[in-house]
Amino acid sequence: MKRITIAHGSGGRVTHDLVKDVFYSCFDNDILRKAEDSAVLDIPQDRVAFTTDSFVVKPAFFPGGDIGKLAVCGTVNDLAVSGAVPRYITCGFIIEEGLPLKDLKKIVKSMGEWAEKAGVKIVAGDTKVVEKGEADGIFINTSGVGVFEKDIELGVEKIAPGDKILLSGTIGDHGIAVLSRRKGLDFETSMRSDCAPLNDMLQDVLSSVTGVKFMRDPTRGGLATTLNEITEDGTSGILINEKDIPVAEEVEGACQLLGLDPLCIANEGKAIVIVAPPDEDEALAAMRRSEYGKDAALIGKVTGDNTGKVLLETALGVTRIVDMMTAENLPRIC
Amino acid sequence: MSKYVDEYRDVDTCLDLSSRIKEVSTRPLTIMEVCGGHTMAIRKNGIQKLVGDNIRLLSGPGCPVCVTSISDIDRVVCLAGEENVTVCTFGDMLYVPGSSMSLAGAKAEGADVRTVYSVHDALEFARSEPEKNFVFVSIGFETTTPTAAAAVLEAKATGVKNFTVLALNKTMPQALRAVLESDDSEIDALIGPGHVSTITGTGMYRFIVDELGVSCCVSGFEPVDLLGAILKLTEMHENNEKGLVNAYPRVVKEEGNEKAKYIMTEVFEPADVEWRGFGIVPSSGSKISEEYSEFDAEKIYKIEVPETKENPACICGDILRGVKRPVDCALFNEGCTPVDPQGACMVSSEGTCAAWFKYGE
Repeated sequence: MKRITIAHGSGGRVTHDLVKDVFYSCFDNDILRKAEDSAVLDIPQDRVAFTTDSFVVKPAFFPGGDIGKLAVCGTVNDLAVSGAVPRYITCGFIIEEGLPLKDLKKIVKSMGEWAEKAGVKIVAGDTKVVEKGEADGIFINTSGVGVFEKDIELGVEKIAPGDKILLSGTIGDHGIAVLSRRKGLDFETSMRSDCAPLNDMLQDVLSSVTGVKFMRDPTRGGLATTLNEITEDGTSGILINEKDIPVAEEVEGACQLLGLDPLCIANEGKAIVIVAPPDEDEALAAMRRSEYGKDAALIGKVTGDNTGKVLLETALGVTRIVDMMTAENLPRIC
Repeated sequence: MSKYVDEYRDVDTCLDLSSRIKEVSTRPLTIMEVCGGHTMAIRKNGIQKLVGDNIRLLSGPGCPVCVTSISDIDRVVCLAGEENVTVCTFGDMLYVPGSSMSLAGAKAEGADVRTVYSVHDALEFARSEPEKNFVFVSIGFETTTPTAAAAVLEAKATGVKNFTVLALNKTMPQALRAVLESDDSEIDALIGPGHVSTITGTGMYRFIVDELGVSCCVSGFEPVDLLGAILKLTEMHENNEKGLVNAYPRVVKEEGNEKAKYIMTEVFEPADVEWRGFGIVPSSGSKISEEYSEFDAEKIYKIEVPETKENPACICGDILRGVKRPVDCALFNEGCTPVDPQGACMVSSEGTCAAWFKYGE
């Protein structure tokens, strides 16, 4: 069989074979191999991080990644920014009838590879097949558990005026790479998604300095939305400097062409780290040691005035508001 | 590409232009721009803060989504409800409130409404799904009208039968006349629209200077372009001169783009059309000419809509005429936001209210 059929989700022999041939071979580990209804995890700590995320990216394969890599890295990063070390992941697949089997194999193989690179085990999973037209290719949900190896508690409430804002690299790479392959909007770009597991880099930051207050990965909605979420409670403001925010030339060019703002474009392999002085230089050095943080930069600071707002000082020295992204990014029409 | 525009973003050049404008400017000057791209560029780069207190920058009717009348929105919503009709249009059009609902509302109720990035996407849909009838809702000024014309010519040449265009296109000159001749206009000078001028050429603004006594400077979209244009207009104002200047010569020519103009006049002809905020303006729009009527959605579908309704507190019309600013509106940020827009100027990514909301005053 070259394509996924309803039989693959029936729970019978065909499902069994698919799980064994495709999933087990790519995800192999001691816990999964037991094939119990639940994965039994041995976690000695009483405090764990636990998260879930669903992935519906279109197209499923894009420059620099695919939905499988995204599903692993997305959940790994959600755990990592809480300060935890990601350990275990579960995955649920909703597959549209007709998906080429080779596409599924490629996606699952990619998940296995990136789970290994990130040091997490995929310990449980589920597959459902829906009729043609009831889904769009493949949707993946991943949930993950992480443990705290250090006694740290991060939180937005710990942020104080004067804290420095670090960004691990160029913004907008993922959004532009995916947009460039979207039907009706094909344009030439060599931009690749930044999709990557950030757990090792962030653990290195936490090992290097004690002043980390808060971390987050600015995914959908881009840097602008994430920074606005941080100031949302109204106790502090943020001032960032346009000239310090790394943007790849290709992203800058595509944004000019399409009338988009890099601040609002999605990232999948970037982190914002807010750190108390004087730890910013060491934290930055730790980020730059990672292949995923070589372009890390100090982009701004937390302020005691303009509370609830994110302000940007433009290259021309003018200060303006940075608002959350409100609707789907659309190209200019005039 | 960004290397190409770097010199037009150069910080030192901008700061130099900024101080020269402030030096030259001794008395009040109100400048209007009439292109959504300029609206966004001015707010995004904080240009108002770089030109001093004497100069007031206003936005005019330059956003094609914003100037679309409510009755036209209602007609599009009605068209989307027709059996076996797929409406294709640009994204921002989906969220403009109509009398009873927006196009996005119609989509949620089951209408087949598709966002496209160009008219050619709609033509491609028509080719690949011959069992459906595709209507491209064509908005925009002289910049986008030629592409709609090209699609009609292509559809005719290749025998595509399930593709029509609802032409809501507008042309700039008569709307500018309406703005500048209105009794409450305080506009001293215009920043000419860079994209429109690429097609039309600068010649079409001559009447603004000669007949209406308003200076016009055609500008590009980078900060150096805009500050340069403002400096030019300020110098003329201070010297009591009126003139037409092309400050975007790397793109805009006196004669414009002859080929684009030719295909535009081949398919379209001038029409009296309704603008939001202006009412019906003579010869200010385009309709499909008789020769191409088989592609005219207006002729194919008999669309009749009841009288329009709009939020009485919305002042989009006055904002589009440059008489009021977004902050003069009681609804601005008080019930009208990009998430829940009450008027078109808050919907469009190039709308004046959206720009003020996004980048601050």
